[in-house]
Amino acid sequence: MLSEGGYFMKGMAMGGIFCLLLSLLGTFRPGVESGTESQHHHHHVQALGKDALKHLTDVQMQKLRNQVQVSCIIMVQPKILVYWATALDTWSKHCDKAVFYSSESTKALEAVDLNEKDDWARLRKALKHAYENAGELRWFFVAQPTTFAIIENLKYLVLAKDPNEPFYLGNAMKSGELEFVSYDSGIVLSYEALKRLVHVFQDEDKCPERGRALWKLSEDKQLATCLKYTGVFAENGEDSHGKGLFNSKSVDSLIADSMKTNPNDVVAGCCSDVAVTFSGMTPNQMQVMMFGVYRLRPYGHDFHDLLVFNPPEGSEND
Amino acid sequence: MSRRSNGRMGPITSRLIFTTGLMMGFLSARFMLDCNLLTEQDIHVGRNVQQEAQTEAHTVEHKSQVGNSSRTTRILCWIMTQPKNLESRTKHIRETWGKRCNKVLYISSVETDFPTVKLNVSEGRENLYWKTIRAFQYIHQHHLDEADWFLKADDDTFMVIENLRYTLSSLDPEKPLYLGRRFTPFVRQGYMSGGAGYVLSKEALRRFVKGFDGGNCTHFSTIEDMALGKCMETMKVEPTDSRDVKGRQTFHPYPPHYYLVRQPPRPRPWYLLYDHYPPVEGPGCCSDFVVSFHYIYGVQLYVLEYLTYHLRPYGYKYRFNPDEKTVLKTTEST
Repeated sequence: MLSEGGYFMKGMAMGGIFCLLLSLLGTFRPGVESGTESQHHHHHVQALGKDALKHLTDVQMQKLRNQVQVSCIIMVQPKILVYWATALDTWSKHCDKAVFYSSESTKALEAVDLNEKDDWARLRKALKHAYENAGELRWFFVAQPTTFAIIENLKYLVLAKDPNEPFYLGNAMKSGELEFVSYDSGIVLSYEALKRLVHVFQDEDKCPERGRALWKLSEDKQLATCLKYTGVFAENGEDSHGKGLFNSKSVDSLIADSMKTNPNDVVAGCCSDVAVTFSGMTPNQMQVMMFGVYRLRPYGHDFHDLLVFNPPEGSEND
Repeated sequence: MSRRSNGRMGPITSRLIFTTGLMMGFLSARFMLDCNLLTEQDIHVGRNVQQEAQTEAHTVEHKSQVGNSSRTTRILCWIMTQPKNLESRTKHIRETWGKRCNKVLYISSVETDFPTVKLNVSEGRENLYWKTIRAFQYIHQHHLDEADWFLKADDDTFMVIENLRYTLSSLDPEKPLYLGRRFTPFVRQGYMSGGAGYVLSKEALRRFVKGFDGGNCTHFSTIEDMALGKCMETMKVEPTDSRDVKGRQTFHPYPPHYYLVRQPPRPRPWYLLYDHYPPVEGPGCCSDFVVSFHYIYGVQLYVLEYLTYHLRPYGYKYRFNPDEKTVLKTTEST
């Protein structure tokens, strides 16, 4: 009996170790594609599947809705007033909190005047201000004036992700060895990521305020560098087909591209149904976009989404 | 390996037991690892959790028709096109909204495998009304029983057929009715803009054809939409209000940005001068359930297709829910 048991136990031990080894290897997941494209992503973040949400209770759902509130940080300048006014009148109304940070004050519109001409220094100040005034909010979205965002889809992406974990998401791009999130398609930071960032701002060696003087790196790359020091890495937000949710181009531009590359399936080959951002749209296009996203639809096509986001108060173009 | 006399195992049995142990060990370890992953998912998710593709989450719950449910709302679409536009325009209609019609006919001057129907009319602006007359006569002769409503559209129009069906579902196709973007001038009861597309009920189609048969309607002008409107008036076909319950337009003779972009209060711009119902500029111009936009082709057609049928804000509760009032929530305000 013992000898039989012995074989069995040896087998079990081997099996267990084998499984552990496999799972450890699985989490490493080295880069799959050969680095031909500059957009190769080691880190992907995808949203929850339908079924995961089904098992949550109402209380848990409400907790999620609160947890997923978004604070929008919109960097503006008086010289592009019409973009500023458009962001104010369109997508930013769907943020739980939207604060405009300007390089200088203007009587026309309300903003936090950072009185700072340097783009990187201004971004730092804005992020610090947003962090210090976060209140209950745990997700932060940084946008340019030319960004158009669909905040509900941002919430869907980060739903049930813990903001006390460091997340730095968007359209992840690679520049040499540095992986960074592109500015114009919006940058998403969890509370933990922002906290670490604000902390590393104090380190003049790792994260200098006036930027790396010799060659002026763009703000998004500087941000990535600083975050990297804190152990936070850029991740590409995408859907289950691998389609990026954060776009550095406009809808028109992406459709035009798709007409060339997927002429037989233009729309399906283009963009995600739950895309979060587009960039490079004119103010008029953004107004049309509000209609296209929040109103225009075919009668009878109903979705049974598991979470409900109400329309903002005091608004009528959505 | 020597066999002990008191050992009851052979080499095969021992290997079997070993293998069983291996599997048990593997599965137990796996089970324990999975348990850990599950509790993590509840709060914060490890990387690589799948998002359902929108097509899966999209349960297309096609609402049954409002109003008389025994009525059908079959729509025959005929698209006024020509050989030189097939590749650049009509093809894309065929890829998108064309197939949402119950029946679609691409009317041209040349028969092809597109497929296009040939009418004995030459191309050109001055022949538009001849083409329209011949098209409706052709449809009346060959396809009258296949539909209840008959839509005419240009090859540079974007149409949302579901929304047209919704608008038509409360109307009786046996009544002489015609719908579109109503214009005031030239015809006393008004006429429907050709560019925005217009729809004739079955009875209206019968009367149109009868009008030409009997000489009550003639080709008195090359201006297709106005001339057809005049024939409708002569044959006592009623122009119907196609706006939604909030008075917002559904048919549009120009692209979206002409209407939706906010404007300061101002006198009517030239493209709104003909409107019968007082036009509204800015977001209140247009219904959520838009039926058409015109001067749309190429990239713009697919952009509208994407915005209408694909891109959406997850979980968003639309402000305009015309059916909700009739269901339960009396406490909900618009």
